[in-house]
Amino acid sequence: MRTDVVIVGAGHAGLAMSRRLGERSIDHVVLERGEVANSWKTERWDSLRLLTPTWQSRLPGFADASGEDPHGFRTMPETIAFLERYAWAISAPVHQHTAVNSVRRTEEGYAVQTSRGAWRSRAVVLASGACNIANVPRQLAAALPAAVASFTPHQYRNPSQLEQGGVLVVGASATGVQLAEEIQRSGRQVTLAVAEHIRMPRRYRGRDIQWWMDAAGILDLRHDEVDDLGRVREVPSLQLTGNDQGRMLDLNALTASGVRLAGRLAGLRDGKALFSGALANQVALSDLKMNRLLDAIDGWVSEKGLEGEVPPPERFEPTRIEASPPLALDLVRGGIRTVLWATGFRPDYSWLEVPALDRKGRLRHDGGVVDAPGLYVMGLPFLRRRKSALIDGAGEDARELSAHLATHLDQRAGIDLLMRSTMSGGTKFTSSVLSASTSST
Amino acid sequence: MTAVAEKQVQNGVNVEALLGAREALSKAPEAARFNWKATSKWVGGTHTRTHMKSFFGLGGDQSHKSEFSFDTDHPEIFASEDKGATPVEMVLTGLAGCLTAGVAAVAQMRKIQLRSVKATLEGSMDIQGILGIDSDVRNGFDGVTVKFEIDADATKQEIEALVAQSQKRSAVYDILTNPTNVTVSVS
Repeated sequence: MRTDVVIVGAGHAGLAMSRRLGERSIDHVVLERGEVANSWKTERWDSLRLLTPTWQSRLPGFADASGEDPHGFRTMPETIAFLERYAWAISAPVHQHTAVNSVRRTEEGYAVQTSRGAWRSRAVVLASGACNIANVPRQLAAALPAAVASFTPHQYRNPSQLEQGGVLVVGASATGVQLAEEIQRSGRQVTLAVAEHIRMPRRYRGRDIQWWMDAAGILDLRHDEVDDLGRVREVPSLQLTGNDQGRMLDLNALTASGVRLAGRLAGLRDGKALFSGALANQVALSDLKMNRLLDAIDGWVSEKGLEGEVPPPERFEPTRIEASPPLALDLVRGGIRTVLWATGFRPDYSWLEVPALDRKGRLRHDGGVVDAPGLYVMGLPFLRRRKSALIDGAGEDARELSAHLATHLDQRAGIDLLMRSTMSGGTKFTSSVLSASTSST
Repeated sequence: MTAVAEKQVQNGVNVEALLGAREALSKAPEAARFNWKATSKWVGGTHTRTHMKSFFGLGGDQSHKSEFSFDTDHPEIFASEDKGATPVEMVLTGLAGCLTAGVAAVAQMRKIQLRSVKATLEGSMDIQGILGIDSDVRNGFDGVTVKFEIDADATKQEIEALVAQSQKRSAVYDILTNPTNVTVSVS
């Protein structure tokens, strides 16, 4: 089977790209290992809601009038239904239950092997997600005592899966803080190991924090305007929840609900978890970062003369920690039955047989234009702008990348035309230019 | 030099060289492997002298401009002759040196002029541990505090951010706050 472009993945990113290619009448297919919104269907815990308000899921060419509260936060079933409506509305050429097994370079583009046959295309867009694999620190996980169960966020659905008893949640970004709270509420004592994290109020000066970052242009900061792109692409997710509308889920809220805080999980030795003694600095850095963002928002309000229209600035109590946070915890004696690794995610490129990965297994790309002609990627953190990993960021990234892709196809078309005429015409029909170029090789 | 009408800040840290090294080493990560060395000799009693001259880094053997040596001993209340700082005070020396260098480097990067940087360090310890009186008491510090007094052209928040960032990038702070495997052998 042949097409101009294969898009791998029918989530928001792949669908947005499909819509943009459709606008340009570029022939393409969207290959999906499961069903539309597959990761949202199969790799999320039950209580999760989107961390961005409903108004902020703007996808290209889609005015969704489903009667939802624009300021609410979609549940997973609502998110799935939304993406299904979108796929239908844009008539995306999705091939469901078609798992991509390999992508290889060919003379004219790419060969894509799937569980349902092979495709040849001139370009490929990777929209298969940024969170396929849970980053579990192998050495630490291997050193866990046998009596302690180990869960990744992909395996976790709700607290009833966990044995009664203590739970060590490792990581305090969006996933870690949400799961720590839910599990603590279920009556299991949670200890939270806290490394670098970003504290963030859900609401500020009467608006959702995402509204401010959107309105003030903070989410639009481009990849080519950033000093240290490698660093911003590794920044942890914001400590936010879409549950209990408007509530701030920071370390102070967790402490108040009974969660115990410790430093970064630094080692496991003789059944003891060892925690870094740097917790005080981690929370100080996070408070400073949050306050810098709030200063920037306040500055924007003054600059736009909006002081009268919104409530006055507010500042939040510094993060409270114990004077001497625990440095070690004997897991078995301390009653820990489960360790939950909320230590981040990474994409799976095990099927990508194109030499485009760096030494740490990350894709080499410039704003989504991968270091391999005709290969593109969508949906990674800070791909082209700060909002690239949000549903709301897919539209603009797809617009720019589809333009680059269209130019690539036009240029390739010129080269292919020349190649075909030399191949099929042999020496008889070649122009003087072509015979000059063939004889020189 | 480019003629940029920027705030001139001079903390004596060559930020361009540091940024250049960061750039070069991110392309050749194997050269980033360093091995720091010290050799010590017992003088007598609890007095030891430790020397530092050579180290390994950037793919080859390196050397300080001259040899440094430090005496460690214990004070008279430990029935020692007090011919040098205690080893645990040397740990505080390392932490002070590392964090202060970090403050200067980050300040230079952020174009903050420093006028003075003072730090007061304390390491608290229950010596029942080292004396073997109570096995529940650890030998080492049960806590370390560092108090900075910084005079600089910056707001309080900017100074706090300097100090926080210097901890984030400090080797000795990391050594003290995280476990490290230590292997001691006899030849």
